[in-house]
Amino acid sequence: MTPTTAPTLERKRPGPPGGPAGPGWDRGFGQPDRDRDGDAHRVPLARIAVWLVVATVTLLFAAFTSTYLARRMEPDWQTLQMPGILWLNTAVLAVSSFLLEWSRREGLKQQLPRLRAGLIIATVLGVVFLAGQILAWRQLAATGIFLASSPHSSFFYLLTGAHGVHILGGLIALFYAVGKTRTTGSVEAVFEPAATFWHFLGVLWLYLLVLLFWI
Amino acid sequence: MTVTHDHTHAEHRQSFITRWIFSQDHKVIGIQYLMTSLLMAAIGGFLSMLIRMQLGFPTWNFYWAQWLFPGGFADFKMKPDFYPAVVTMHGTIMVFFVLTTALSGGFGNFLIPLTIGARDMAFPFLNMMSYWLYPPAIVILLISFLVTGGAAAAGWTAYPPLSALRNAVPGSLWGQTLWLVSLALLIVGFLFGSLNYITTVFNLRARGMTMSRLPLVTWAQFLTAILMLLSFPVLFAAVIMLLFDRHLGTSFFIPSGLVVGSQLVTHQGGNPILWQHLFWFLGHPEVYVLILPPMGIVSEILSNNSRKPIFGYTFMVGSLSAITFLSFLVWGHHMFTSGMHPLVGTAFMVTTLLIAVPSAIKVFNWLATLWRAQIRFTSAMLFAIGFVSLFVTGGLTGVFLASPAVDIYFQDTFFVVAHFHFVMASAALFGLFAGTYHWFPKMFGRMMNERLGKIHFWLTFVGIYATFYPMHFAGTAGMMRRIFSTTQYEFLRGLAGMNMFISVAAFGLGIAQLIFAYNFINSWIRGPKADRNPWKSNTLEWQTESPPPHGNWGAHEPTVHRWPYDYSVPGATDDFIPQTVPAVPAVSGAAVDESDGKPT
Amino acid sequence: MSNLSEHYSPATGRRLGLLIIIMVAIGGVLTTFWAKTRWWFPPVASRHGADVDQLITTTFIVTGFVFFFVNLALGIFVWRFAAAREERAIFWPDSRTLELSYTLVPTAILITLISMGAVTWARVHSPVPRNALRVEALGQQFAWTFRYAGPDGAFGRTAPRFVSRQNPRGMDQSDAAGRDDIIVSELRLPVNEPVVVLIRSSDVIHSFFLPNFRVKQDAVPGMTTQFWFTPTRRGNFELACAELCGVGHYIMRGRVVVDTKAAVDAWLADQSH
Repeated sequence: MTPTTAPTLERKRPGPPGGPAGPGWDRGFGQPDRDRDGDAHRVPLARIAVWLVVATVTLLFAAFTSTYLARRMEPDWQTLQMPGILWLNTAVLAVSSFLLEWSRREGLKQQLPRLRAGLIIATVLGVVFLAGQILAWRQLAATGIFLASSPHSSFFYLLTGAHGVHILGGLIALFYAVGKTRTTGSVEAVFEPAATFWHFLGVLWLYLLVLLFWI
Repeated sequence: MTVTHDHTHAEHRQSFITRWIFSQDHKVIGIQYLMTSLLMAAIGGFLSMLIRMQLGFPTWNFYWAQWLFPGGFADFKMKPDFYPAVVTMHGTIMVFFVLTTALSGGFGNFLIPLTIGARDMAFPFLNMMSYWLYPPAIVILLISFLVTGGAAAAGWTAYPPLSALRNAVPGSLWGQTLWLVSLALLIVGFLFGSLNYITTVFNLRARGMTMSRLPLVTWAQFLTAILMLLSFPVLFAAVIMLLFDRHLGTSFFIPSGLVVGSQLVTHQGGNPILWQHLFWFLGHPEVYVLILPPMGIVSEILSNNSRKPIFGYTFMVGSLSAITFLSFLVWGHHMFTSGMHPLVGTAFMVTTLLIAVPSAIKVFNWLATLWRAQIRFTSAMLFAIGFVSLFVTGGLTGVFLASPAVDIYFQDTFFVVAHFHFVMASAALFGLFAGTYHWFPKMFGRMMNERLGKIHFWLTFVGIYATFYPMHFAGTAGMMRRIFSTTQYEFLRGLAGMNMFISVAAFGLGIAQLIFAYNFINSWIRGPKADRNPWKSNTLEWQTESPPPHGNWGAHEPTVHRWPYDYSVPGATDDFIPQTVPAVPAVSGAAVDESDGKPT
Repeated sequence: MSNLSEHYSPATGRRLGLLIIIMVAIGGVLTTFWAKTRWWFPPVASRHGADVDQLITTTFIVTGFVFFFVNLALGIFVWRFAAAREERAIFWPDSRTLELSYTLVPTAILITLISMGAVTWARVHSPVPRNALRVEALGQQFAWTFRYAGPDGAFGRTAPRFVSRQNPRGMDQSDAAGRDDIIVSELRLPVNEPVVVLIRSSDVIHSFFLPNFRVKQDAVPGMTTQFWFTPTRRGNFELACAELCGVGHYIMRGRVVVDTKAAVDAWLADQSH
């Protein structure tokens, strides 16, 4: 079973470190080039982390979704009337997201005061959204629909609640970013991940709205 | 130039507390995880002894046990309502609080930054948080033994409605709630950890450390982290919904029209099967969370002690990845008898049997690594070889259980118990032992006693086969899992003697572990000092001091020039060439192949 | 300082190799043959059970060979390559041919097993014969009860809203078809006649396990699962619960009697009064 052509020492010499990646498993991952100026060329850690958070939160809601869809199939399913205030909340969250993107672009143009203003308003709108969600809960409760009232109401409270907890997390990130813009000019490391997560939560909210009331 | 960057906080003044308790150093966190897991292993192992006492010697009086568990024993014999709680806690502790935490939390934390040449994890603070969610989870779990009704008793799988209705079983009164809360905490910790691992491997590799030069142990940890990141949120969702069902009146998993404990249940229209889908969507990846890290550990140790490159590195990485991917598609094989559509069963059979292919590749590659090797029998190597045998034995019984028609008979019998105790308990445990013997010098700067290590191996290897192999036959005879006693059934009459034998073997196995405990503690205190590279190994962690200093590498991070398996390279003076050794001029006349360290 | 040379121990290799060969490879196979005489499957008593047993036997043979030869190879390698210090290992990192062969061969074997398994599984779950006797089994903590349709051959309607302590099945008292339903605590089945068991639970999940008939199907509250089979032997058999269902899981035993059709009919007629 010995190989006929025994590999020799010199065949084993790899290319120079940091040189072009050879064939093999590293293709596509690429090796961050740290030869020149330290960490400048690396992907910021927080950017990787935020995408991983997005992945894990997606799986969390995928799990909720699968049980929701399975439960919907049962004959005793009764659909809830969508609380009207959700339209308003959705609009608020959308504006918040758009403002965040606008302020990012202003930031790229080095318009730091605009960046800061947009960020602060977006954050405030996030708080308004959360308040609006709580209002929606109270409105529902006032009409006698509670967590355990029907399968749909259980899922409504569960999904909006789980989303709300993540919104809270997103708000903390945004608050942190607001704080950072006060002390330092470069906000990329904090601002971008927070914005990514916030946009994700916006998309997640639209998804939940469609899931809960339109299918 | 690679100079110390912002992850070096070596100069920080550190008190005892920040250094050893609330440490953000990945090595300390890894050791904390490992030590806590070993403590939990003692508790989980002790519970298994209680199980074996009841199954092997149901008529004996156990005075000390009644003293220890006044609520669980009466007339010095175990009460039937204590048994399910013991079984449940044994399973829960071993799966989540021992093997996951030790193999992923312990070895992952310790080895990932060291093997990739990083100074620490990407997010040291998050890493510390990850560990510090674990002790509270343990406290909450163990306190449940003391609450009214005792600990959770619905099995480690916690199938509702048994786990959802408070009067279905005593443990569902309060114990189950504590179980769920404890697990939720632990899951959050696992998610922090895996987020950290993935980011670290992506971003903090040393110069020259391409993915294709990553040691297999690191590959395994990396893929395990991906598995955990994508499967644990699903269990988290299920845990939240079950908590809602138990305390907030929802009916996600509780159907209408139930009568439990002569009381009509008021819940309406849930479906208990949904829990099973969610649970096993985690649960099956979870068994690979337990077995991938040992696969990596064993690959490392086999190669190092064979003084040979690991055979088929590319296939090894490929099969690890294939297992990772396929493990998300096989959860249904736990539910063949739950009433699923037959075609769904067929689909899950196909995916499940396919996952045997990458497993087979790994086994044959390990065998090929041993071929014409120069084997060095360290304690770690003995356990690594034992792992291969156990993994084969346990893996093959999986072929039975993957086939739904066969599974009709074997489902929920001791055949299943034997299967998973071989493949994910014993094999994973052997990986844990092998890893501990191998990396102990690096963790503590001292050598373990090899003589005791070998005695520990012989007793454990024989003990494991003696304990778990006969369980297959308890299964073929039809003995159900989680039954308190076999005396109620005529078809189980013949099993009393075998159960006694299994119990005696299990007690021996348990006692043999005391040798390990003694060796671990004794070597930690007064073992001989270890030098940098006691096993003459290639990987980066062995190129720094033992134990590595805070920041791991002193002033300069290592630069990587080759893959980690240059053992017994023809023409080289030593039988190993560490990854940090730069290219030497080619021997006269031969062409230089620029393909990255692996011959074509 | 560790002395690495002490670990190059041919004696240890011989010991471990022999242990793996004798205890695991040979011992494992021999104890299996020994177990066949003592702790093997309860005698099969159903038609599909014979198919299932056939599949199990085939799987035992295939996995047994792999088990024996892989452990044997492991033992031999460990023994043989426990080399003395002077011999050096070969440098052999890869062989695509070898790896492809042990990728493809297991794949082929597994595909064969998959096909056989799929055929047997499909046969087990083939459509229920029209003439099958219908029996409803209800699992409760910690006993099984059975409902026969009675002379009219039709079960009375049930629904969750009718469930009460006295009526765990949730039978609709207003349904005439239910008046002659017979509820008994043991299962009697005619030999060589197909029977379909409709399995329900009124509290937690149980599992309807008939070892001799190679039948196992979970009793899941809120739904009705079913399993059909044909008993082929007369006699008394046992019914067990295979899914942890609470404190009394281990005593949740039932009795199954297989007799001639005439005898079962007579017994049923007896029960209805």
